[in-house]
This record gives sequence, structure tokens and C-alpha cells, in this order.
Amino acid sequence: MTTLTKNKATDLVLAQIPVLNSFQSLREDSHAILREYGLPHAKEEEYKFTGLSKKIEQSIADFSPASAADLSLETVQSHIFEGFDGDTIVFNNGRFEPELSNLQGQAYELIPLNVSDPSNLGKIAKIEKDPFVALNSASFEDGIYIKVGRNKQVEKPILLLFFNQALKGQVISPRILIEVEDNSEVSFLENSISLDEEVYFCNTVTEIKVSQNAHVHYNRLQNENKKAIIVNNFETDIHRDATFTSVVVSLSGDMLRNNLSLNLLDSGCEGNMYGLYLLDGKTHVDNHTNVDHTKPHAESNELYKGILADKSRGVFNGKIFVRQDAQKTNAFQQNNNILLSEDATVNTKPQLEIWADDVKCSHGCTTGQLDEEALFYLQARGIGKVQAKGLLLYAFVGEVLENITDNSFKQHIENLVQVRLGSSF
Amino acid sequence: MLSIKNLHASIEGTEILRGINLEVKAGEVHAIMGPNGSGKSTLASVLAGREEYIVTEGEVLFHDKDLLEMAPEDRAREGVFLAFQYPVEIPGVSTTNFLRTAVNQVREYRGLEPLDAVKFLSIMKEKMKLVEIDQKLLSRSLNEGFSGGEKKRNEIFQMAMLEPKLSILDETDSGLDIDALRIVSNGVNKLKSPETATIVVTHYQRLLDYIVPDFVHVLYNGRIVKSGSKDLALELEEKGYDWIKEEANAASV
Repeated sequence: MTTLTKNKATDLVLAQIPVLNSFQSLREDSHAILREYGLPHAKEEEYKFTGLSKKIEQSIADFSPASAADLSLETVQSHIFEGFDGDTIVFNNGRFEPELSNLQGQAYELIPLNVSDPSNLGKIAKIEKDPFVALNSASFEDGIYIKVGRNKQVEKPILLLFFNQALKGQVISPRILIEVEDNSEVSFLENSISLDEEVYFCNTVTEIKVSQNAHVHYNRLQNENKKAIIVNNFETDIHRDATFTSVVVSLSGDMLRNNLSLNLLDSGCEGNMYGLYLLDGKTHVDNHTNVDHTKPHAESNELYKGILADKSRGVFNGKIFVRQDAQKTNAFQQNNNILLSEDATVNTKPQLEIWADDVKCSHGCTTGQLDEEALFYLQARGIGKVQAKGLLLYAFVGEVLENITDNSFKQHIENLVQVRLGSSF
Repeated sequence: MLSIKNLHASIEGTEILRGINLEVKAGEVHAIMGPNGSGKSTLASVLAGREEYIVTEGEVLFHDKDLLEMAPEDRAREGVFLAFQYPVEIPGVSTTNFLRTAVNQVREYRGLEPLDAVKFLSIMKEKMKLVEIDQKLLSRSLNEGFSGGEKKRNEIFQMAMLEPKLSILDETDSGLDIDALRIVSNGVNKLKSPETATIVVTHYQRLLDYIVPDFVHVLYNGRIVKSGSKDLALELEEKGYDWIKEEANAASV
């Protein structure tokens, strides 16, 4: 293996991440990986358009973990959207806050990672796959382990609220492991909130095991401050006849990188990925998705849509891997973008690697301006230009938003989207 | 109602309309015919306010107001309606939702109270009968996956809902089979009144059997070269456009 010349960000990381005495072998292996490969270089294909190392070098001086922020119950409650009925799990700079959380005794277990020591930690999100997974694995202090036992239906959604604030631009490393056992069902909502307007670097790893015939829905909202640097590593193992659906809505931040992997490990399973990015200013959002079809008769659907204003930039890289065994695979992928400004950029790249010969795969991407003909049509019926634009843009994003399962969360996101479409666009 | 004087318009530097003069009074139906490329659709587009067309000369007054100064939405609110030759498909916007927004914006402009959902629905049901359109169709994405006939019926349905003073039908008959043509024409005829006027832009005389015009104008090379009664349309049907072209070409030499 060749060793890349390391960059300054890697040096900073290696000098400052703490040596922790939990999960000893995972820590040691992660350190070794980081020492050998470092954080991704600008020339690395997977990070070509998203210069995270450079961004980190420029913005993050202190690589030690951010200490707990001042967070009150009132603040937490003010961020729970209207009409929400379910459990709330609160994180303060990545650390679980039992006192601020609201658990109603639903049919699942929630245990801090340090106490539970689950055997699957690091088995789904493998450290050798991405240096940011290794970085999180080396530096997370504690996290949570959620376990839904067999034949359980978690009736109400579970909301994960991440409050972030680093006084000196330090690093926040949330770590989540979720295991949903056979025939069970659960829905998660996730929202990240910046407590101030200052820079921080949040590097999350979420691992989910969806066992046989289980159904998991995971909805995320990313609406952090304009300086936040965010890397999200989201890995799922999906077993026989199971369904997993992800919805990610990205509205704000400085630089966001979402790695999302669906490993379809058996027949009859289904993976769905929906994404929306609504960007302005200089926000940069990079969605890298990866779906791996390993066995016959599995299905994946992917739809990502973007509206980009000002000098924002969107990157979409959708990889579909169909292995030789995975006959009768159905895999669909679509990425559509509307550019509202001449300075906005989109880089979109479908990547299909198909080794089986009896499959149905399709992909398509479009990037364009708002449809002038449609705009004129609406105006010709008496609708003002600004409203007509809003109506068209809202219709464009509707196809993604309709997949959000919880109504209160959907309403909350729709309100944010409507305000955005009505004002800055 | 509508007064067009010496209207010149061009697109991307090419002059399409070269001095149109036309007077339309309340209660009248005018048919504008002509060979392909004569400027018929351009005239309809310029009246509705399509931005690609630049008016280089002339004026258009609508109820004594300068129509060319107005944004497309204000023309619609003043009472000008264009039935599109190619109605646009808009995924994600249902006809019902879009029309409610449109109707209420038009009402606001005219100083009327907005319609609530119940009232809107009852008006909608009444107008749906005019063009024999199904409510299921209207709750679907606007024109998406509609047949040609359904799209044109939807245009006339929108016209019924917006209650315009001047309706411009841009080749509404093109591509319609006889049943669809009959339904669409019936709708238009039922909406006619002594206070409203209609301009029918068409390539075919067939439509004029159903929507009977008071005047027929022939457009050629961006000018109205001949006007007459509905008999002119029959003559064109029989003889084609060549004799008109010859006459016009001879006159311009």
C-alpha cells in the first residue's frame, strides 16, 4: 500500500485527538488508519469536489473534543416542532443528555455506548472505508446504542436532537448504533441545531442494522449555521425482506458531506434514498450515496433534488453496485437540479457498476434553470411572477418532501422550505 | 374593447408582425386564419405578454389601457385570457390548487373577496360540466399525462373559471378529434356573452363550423391581408391560401 503525503489537517488530527481507554482495539486501529492514510487529499477521487481537509485546516484550530455547551430544557423544548408526539433524545456536542431527553417507555432499549459495549459497533461502518469514519471511531467519547427487539412496533417516532456549539471551533463526534431486530418497525427523525453562529466541525457516524423483515424510516434535517462543517457517515446493513428509507433535507451550513451507504445483503429487501438540498450563500453540500446489491430480487430507489442560489454548490455522486449474484435487481436513480444563479454550481455523477445480467437499472440527472414556459403559463393565468416561481419550485421539491413520515416534522420542514422559496430565491 | 394599431413585433431580430391593425368590440368573435408561419401564434403570444417577443412599433389598447405596458399576470387580471396552443405540463402542481391561487389573485386585483375552499369547489363543479371534465383529472398534476383533448378541455375550463373579457384561442382545435372539438367549442360558445369577445386563431376552417365568427381575417407575412365574413373561411377551405398569397405579393410590389 502506498502512503499518501499527509496534509496539515491530518497532522492536526493526529496531534490532538485524545487517547481514550474505551473500545481499545477500535481506537488503536482507527489511529493506525489515520496515521497511514490521513484525511482525504484534494486529489482523491471521492473527495474531488469537496475539499474538506483544506476547509478544516483553514477553520479548525483545535482538534480536541468540544466540551458540553450550556443547554437548558427551555432551549431544547423551543426546538421541538409543533404537534410532535414521540420520544426525544438530546445530544449536547455529541454527548447524550438523559436529563434533557424525553423517553416515554416505548418498546426499545436506549443505552450509552460505554455501558453497553455492543459487538456490532464498527462492524457496519468500517473504519477502513473512509478516513472520517476512522476519525470518529478514534475520537468519539460516548454515544448511544438503540436496540429494538424482535416483533416490536415502536408506535411513536424517535427524535434525535443534536445541539452543537464549539467555543474554539473544536470537533464534535456523535456516534449512534441502531439495531432493529426481526419483524420490527421504527421511525427516526433527526435535527441538528447550532447554538450560535460560530464554526465547528461535526463528524457523525450512524450505523444501522435492519434485520429480517424489519422496517426502518430515517428522516434528517440539516439546517446548521453558515460556518458549520459537517461530515455525516451513515451506514446501513439491510437484511432479508427488510426495508430502509432515508430522507435527508439540507438547508444550511458551510460545507456538508453526507456519505450514505445501503448494503442490501439479502433477497427481498428494499432501500430508498430521498434527498433535497436548498442552498444559498456559499453553502456547499455533497451527497455521496452508495447502494450495494448483493443478492437477487432486491430493489433500490433514489431521488435527490437540488435548488441552488447565489454561489452555492451541490455535489451528487450516486453509486449503484450490482454484484454477479444479484439477478432480478431493480435499481432506480434520479438527480434533478435547478440553478437560480449563474454563480451556482452542480457536479452530478451517477456511477453504475453492474455485474449481473438480468437486472433493471435506470439513472438520470438534469441540471437547468427554472422552466420559463411554465412560469409564463402561470403568469398568463394571473399569478404574480414571484408567487409563480415559488409555486414551481415548491412543486419541484414536493416529490422529495412527501416521503417524510412524521407529519409534524414534515410540516416543520415544509415551513422552512416555503420561507426560503418565498424570500431569498 | 381591443384596439391594435400598426403592431410590429420581432423575435431574436427577425420581424414577424409587420403592422397589424385590428378592432375587436364586445360581443364579437374574430377568427384569424393564415398559412403556417404567417404570424398567427406570434400575435396571440404578444397579446398575452410572452417575453421573447419584442414589440418594435405600434400600440395595443385594451379597454383604453396600454396592454403592452402590463406584465403577463396583470393582463390576465384585466381580463385577457390565452388558451395555449401547447399547454404546459407542470408536475407537482394540481389544476385545482393552481387555479385557486390564480382565481384569488385575479379577484384580489379586481377588489373582490377571495373564495374559500367550499365556494371555490362549488363554482368549479359547475364549470366542469361545461367542458365535461372529470374532477379526478383536476386533482392530478397540471396537464401531466393528459391526452391532447384533455389538455385543451382543461384550457377552456380554466377560461371558464377566470371569466375573462377577451379570450384568445391559439389553435385550440389543432390535433383534436371531432368529439373533443365539439366539447371544446360547446364550452367556448356557452361562455360567450354580449360583454365578452373572442379571438380564434386557427389553421382550419373546421373549427369555425362550431364557433361561428363575425369576422374572418387572413394573416400573411405579418399583416392582415384580407378581412371578411365567415364566408371567407369557406372560400379559404375550398381554394387554399395560394390566391391570397398571390394577391398580397402583387399588392406589395
